[in-house]
Amino acid sequence: MIRSAKDFWSGLLYIFFGLSAIVIALDYGMGTALKMGAAYFPTVLGGLLIVIGSISVIRGFVIRGAPVGAFAIKGLLMVVGATLLFGLTVRGAGLAIALPVFVILSAAASSRFRWRPTLLMAVGLTLFCVLVFVKGLGVPLPVVGPWFGW
Amino acid sequence: MDLIANLALGLSTAVSPGNLLYCLIGVFLGTAIGVLPGLGPTATIAMLLPVTFALPPISALIMLAGIYYGSQYGGSTTSILVNLPGEAASVVTTLDGYQMAKQGRAGAALTASAVGSFFAGTVATFLLALFAPPLAEAALKFGPADYFSLMVLGLVASVVLAQGSLLHAIGMVVLGLGFGLIGSDVTSGVQRYTFGIPELADGIGFVTVAMGMFGLSEIIRNLENESERSVVIAKISSLMPTKDEWKRMIAPILRGTVIGSAVGILPGSGSILGSFAAYSIEKKISKNRAQFGKGAIEGVAAPESANNAGAQTSFIPMLTLGIPSNPVMALMVGAMIIQGIQPGPSVIKEQPALFWGIIVSMWIGNLFLIILNLPLIGMWVKMITIPYQHLYPAILVFCGIGVFSLNNSTFDIYLMGLFGVLGYVFSKLGCEPAPMLLAFILGPLMEENLRRAMLISRGDPMVFLRRPISATLLALAVLAMCTVLIPAFSKTREEAFKE
Repeated sequence: MIRSAKDFWSGLLYIFFGLSAIVIALDYGMGTALKMGAAYFPTVLGGLLIVIGSISVIRGFVIRGAPVGAFAIKGLLMVVGATLLFGLTVRGAGLAIALPVFVILSAAASSRFRWRPTLLMAVGLTLFCVLVFVKGLGVPLPVVGPWFGW
Repeated sequence: MDLIANLALGLSTAVSPGNLLYCLIGVFLGTAIGVLPGLGPTATIAMLLPVTFALPPISALIMLAGIYYGSQYGGSTTSILVNLPGEAASVVTTLDGYQMAKQGRAGAALTASAVGSFFAGTVATFLLALFAPPLAEAALKFGPADYFSLMVLGLVASVVLAQGSLLHAIGMVVLGLGFGLIGSDVTSGVQRYTFGIPELADGIGFVTVAMGMFGLSEIIRNLENESERSVVIAKISSLMPTKDEWKRMIAPILRGTVIGSAVGILPGSGSILGSFAAYSIEKKISKNRAQFGKGAIEGVAAPESANNAGAQTSFIPMLTLGIPSNPVMALMVGAMIIQGIQPGPSVIKEQPALFWGIIVSMWIGNLFLIILNLPLIGMWVKMITIPYQHLYPAILVFCGIGVFSLNNSTFDIYLMGLFGVLGYVFSKLGCEPAPMLLAFILGPLMEENLRRAMLISRGDPMVFLRRPISATLLALAVLAMCTVLIPAFSKTREEAFKE
């Protein structure tokens, strides 16, 4: 039985990353201790991760630990989703569209979301970012993007 | 005297109207973002870093340094007024600072913090000016093996000082080293772990990782328990401490400064260990030890002084060796590289105006802090009261545009999102992100020095023990590890973090 879920799951993650590191590095050329190839250091790190992960998994069965606790699924999906959508749309749609959408979507992740302040904020932040980042600091982002004929 | 000539050179650089202005802007912005609950210096600097790209190197670094101690000071203000520490180093300040605030002595606590920080900052700046040149001189003798061992020591120290499980801290360090290797291998030119994605050929930017793991994942974490985030701010009546309070804070400030300065130089620590150590020592030797935890001004003055002294002296290993000692310094190293300066022992010789300009501007920045913060306290209080649901979309937007502007690439926005998820999942599993970020920036450096050391020694690993500098550093690393593994010591570590 898993008694410490945190140790168990983080151990599995370490093992996953360690194994992937080693397997992918198989293509890179090991070299020798004298003349280390591209795979040498990552393979050592991967091995270490597997050892650490295994200890952690074993600990998960032996030690009693706190449960992981509920994930903020809504927050996670909305915040990360809004971020990715911003990345996808900002070049094509331009800041004037992509940024308010970003603000509204991410703000909607909060349980205290209300439309009025959010819309005000979306407008304010968009104006601020266009003035400071695009006009002021010269970040090459379109205000209105090619998707809308610019 | 050399020191005076150097400081004069620094002064002439730092007080040029432009640099003075950037220092002021840095301190102001740093404080403004730093007072926001839940935003520590690492997230603040990562967020504001892109703003400095357009500046010349000296101004950019002066502004960043200003952002750093501004954000740290802002964090203390929030710790005192609302009991919400922005980062680990200001956790101790909440203990007595918030208690004082509850008793109506918030003003006195803020002044104690400001005065202590200013004094500590002044002393630490002089220490930096005094010790950096000889250290840089010594660092020129460092071989690859010595650098490797130094980084091992730094990582071990960051593991020892991380909160929570030791095993997970080690795991995060190794993982961070690995992520640092993504991209073209300098020696062989092989594309490692790039999955054929051209944007990954130059590796993952550390700002991207920092924004994801400290910015995004922190926001997601805060969305978990929104109801707990109701902010009640203590009223500030008078900023002036009483005569008795002034008297009581002198000795703690002096002791805090000494402890903080000494500890800040250690790799891996930054200001966290200093403020913890200063608080626990004060608690042991103070005449008013019974009052600790119930609003003792000593319990604010000492850790705040140590905190700021450590923030200042942690620049020493970064400026002289080019090795960052904590995530904030890792960001500074990254900023220097972006500005075309390779941090290391040669900076002081090749760019004396830059080096001494930064040092003197730190002192000026500390002066700005005390002038700025106490009169502007009403404004900072208003910033703290901004409800979180209105704050985090703005943070996200700044992170999004900021991370894009690094390489003008939307790919970095996706990566930031990915590291946000990763950071959130790991923090749910009790694994802290701070050691990982430090390891992330050290990864390629470590590999390079390991390779060189082994090449020079013809494949003999004993080189790490034969060279006296390297052997000493490794011995220190083993010693640091022992302090956690030996039960008596590890108990004090747990207690220190519990407080």
